[in-house]
Amino acid sequence: MHIEVRNLNKAFGDFHAVQNVSFEIEKGHLIGLLGPSGGGKTSILRMLAGLESPTSGDIIFHGKRVNDLPPQERGIGFVFQNYALFKHMTVYDNIAFGLKVKKQSKEQIRERVMYLVELTGLKGFEHRYAHQLSGGQRQRVAFARALAPEPQLLLLDEPFAAIDAKIRTELRTWLKEMIERVGITSIFVTHDQEEAIEVADEIMIISKGKLEQKGSPWDIYKNPETPFVASFIGESTIVEDITQLIGFEDGANTPGTKALIRPEYIEIGRPGEIKLASAALSGKIKQLHFRGSEWMVELLVGNTKLITYRSLEKEILHPGDQVSVLVHRAYLFNDHESWIAENTLKVDPMPIHI
Amino acid sequence: MIRRMWITLTYMVFALLLIAPLIKIFTGSWADGWSGFIEGISRPQSIHALMMTGIIVVVVTVLNTLFGIMLAMYLVRAEWIGRRVKRLLNSMVDLPFAVSPVIGGLMIVLILGPNTVIGAFFEDAGFKIVYAMPGMILATLFVTFPLMVREVMPVLQEIGAQQEEAASTLGAYSWYTFWKVTWPSIRWGVIYGVVLTVARSLGEFGAVLVVSGNIMNKTQTATTLVYQDVENFNVVAANGVALVLAAFSVGLLLLMEWAKKRKEVH
Amino acid sequence: MNTMFRGKAWSFGFRSTIMLYFILLIVLPIVGIYTQSFSLGWGPFWESISDPLAWKAVLLTVKLAVIATFLNICLGTMIGWVLIRYRFPGRRLLNSLVDLPFALPTAVGGLMILLLLGPNSLVGSLAEKIGIEIVFHEPAIVVAMLFVTFPFVIRAIQPLLEEMDKSEEEAAYTLGASRAKTFFSVIFPTMLPGILSGAMLAFSRGLAEFGAVVLVAGNIPGKTLIASVYIFGEIESSNPQGAAAVSVLLLTLSFLILWTVNLIQGRRSGQ
Repeated sequence: MHIEVRNLNKAFGDFHAVQNVSFEIEKGHLIGLLGPSGGGKTSILRMLAGLESPTSGDIIFHGKRVNDLPPQERGIGFVFQNYALFKHMTVYDNIAFGLKVKKQSKEQIRERVMYLVELTGLKGFEHRYAHQLSGGQRQRVAFARALAPEPQLLLLDEPFAAIDAKIRTELRTWLKEMIERVGITSIFVTHDQEEAIEVADEIMIISKGKLEQKGSPWDIYKNPETPFVASFIGESTIVEDITQLIGFEDGANTPGTKALIRPEYIEIGRPGEIKLASAALSGKIKQLHFRGSEWMVELLVGNTKLITYRSLEKEILHPGDQVSVLVHRAYLFNDHESWIAENTLKVDPMPIHI
Repeated sequence: MIRRMWITLTYMVFALLLIAPLIKIFTGSWADGWSGFIEGISRPQSIHALMMTGIIVVVVTVLNTLFGIMLAMYLVRAEWIGRRVKRLLNSMVDLPFAVSPVIGGLMIVLILGPNTVIGAFFEDAGFKIVYAMPGMILATLFVTFPLMVREVMPVLQEIGAQQEEAASTLGAYSWYTFWKVTWPSIRWGVIYGVVLTVARSLGEFGAVLVVSGNIMNKTQTATTLVYQDVENFNVVAANGVALVLAAFSVGLLLLMEWAKKRKEVH
Repeated sequence: MNTMFRGKAWSFGFRSTIMLYFILLIVLPIVGIYTQSFSLGWGPFWESISDPLAWKAVLLTVKLAVIATFLNICLGTMIGWVLIRYRFPGRRLLNSLVDLPFALPTAVGGLMILLLLGPNSLVGSLAEKIGIEIVFHEPAIVVAMLFVTFPFVIRAIQPLLEEMDKSEEEAAYTLGASRAKTFFSVIFPTMLPGILSGAMLAFSRGLAEFGAVVLVAGNIPGKTLIASVYIFGEIESSNPQGAAAVSVLLLTLSFLILWTVNLIQGRRSGQ
């Protein structure tokens, strides 16, 4: 289903939960709504489902405005955060519920339920009750139940929040596969960036009720459009005083400009190890942390603290060691604008030909 | 639309079933004016009956609270009672709920009445139980018994034994642990139980009527006096006493609400 | 050594006192009444039970308690629902008022009903004009039972409704279920254990009720004489054995109910 949202607003009393959110979703895409808790993601999802009505704005499914349609008539499937399985019904009855509402024949219902039970790997559990299932199984039931009436749009509210970290990854892959197989337009809410990046075709970053950026995970990582997105996605350190860095003098022309630097933008090495010595700063190792597959290095440049990773293959550093620090690029931002800047000294202004 | 209908219906049920009768008691006792009310409650038997009720309330509440808390602790924590025995005792706590107060009174008469072995023994020793204060207190203790235990037990179960165990590993002995660790958690449950006990012992009628013999100026309580006045078609006087009781009940109701709220917070 | 021993003895005495109190106060009387009613053997027991006034009283009690319980289920379910789900002025006040019948002496409750519905009252005289007699007839007994058992169903379903996940209801909506369908297939089954256990408690309280009923029933043998009043009459006329026989009948019924309620609640908490 093609979905369009125009200038969506939702206010709870004085609290403006969603502000002027507009977006469009192509048929068949899997979208992740990502942002900090309490940022309005769930409100957007619930308005799409018709469980909440917008204060203003339009929700358009397939070119038809559905604002006034009750949830029963929107043709959506909703997977709730805690699954909201009907406690007094078996797995079979839970999945069959939406079909019974549609007054389908017993045969049809049986066929569809058994298909979904098979699809979700719940075979043999049809006659169990919710309290007899594990967290992952409950989630599968909730998923199957939402899919049973063949909805056009699947909405998932924090689908992995209530699941043990261990099986969460496994279930993520499973869900992504499942959704691809069914080919249904889906939107899920999460506050876990790793989850959004891994599962979604496209991510929408929501903060304080506003849509900050929409795009593919790679796109958002590479070209964050707002300081919030830059700091929310990936790891980073903010450098308040960029005059301490070299190669980013252009940015310093505008007062109040700060730099956001990701660990992977930084290269370190013993003096001489780095080729472009003229573009490097000198720093001191503050602390080393072993992270299983690499070292996390905390270093001090002047009084600015930076973080980077270093391969285990390279020579081992020790706290207190002097190192050269090359900052390849930085995300610069001030109150008016933000941009990605490459280290200008890296390109030798006067190449010497021998 | 539907919502308004349900709310209206709810209001109507409350008005008819609870509010109207309550108002009626208030207006009824003023039917003969202020003097009728004063006369009703200033009769010697009224004052005596209210006093009897007061004594019963105080004695029963104190005893039921102490024994109720201790028993609840044993039923939840004690390791010297086997699990099965504990479960059996636990299911017996509720028995007084299922027993008609009249039957509760009858039981006491049957066991301790003047014609029984025990009753005769005590009577010979000059200690009257049935048709006297001790019997009435026993009867009221019987009907109020589950109230305290049932308030305290769930709280004890919920908080678990860990905090108490922690206190004991820190060197605290049982009394200290009880006052410093257990009591603060069960406090509001106990207070709620006390309010329920007071309400029930204030209003107990059937059991007390059977055990007391309802002798005016001797074993008559406020509720049995109301009953006797109604039987004698002295409705205005009955109303006076009933109003005093009703006023207490409304006060207790407010306390109940307050205790319930505190209980939920803790 | 010495203090430890003293501590042990002390705690042993303490434990014994508490347990003895429990057994003497609760267990002994109940055992006592069963032995008393069979003390003269089956014959007299059967005679007391088969006295037409006795079994008519028991039957009447059961019948009226069933009616009162049924009314209670309807009203209680509605009120429990309204008080939890709707926000309206006066809600908190009504919610506190629910407990009034627990706080009010039953004799006072009976007197209130007598005054409100008696032949001299507005309602009573109106009803009399259209040929319905309330006080000293069956309707008054039902009203009295309804009054004293009013809180049970409400208090039993409120926690269930409160802890019920709103999303379960929303899930039903998103699956296309109408409001009515959602109520009957999702919400009602959640409330059912509460309704059942509340109704059982109300029924057993209705069977046992004395104070409120004795004042309004008129106590005409064979017509408006209910079991507990019958027992009281037998005690007054110095027939404790007959009273005990009917009591045993009533008690056994109540115990069965209590046991069922425990079973229902046990199953619920087991889930």
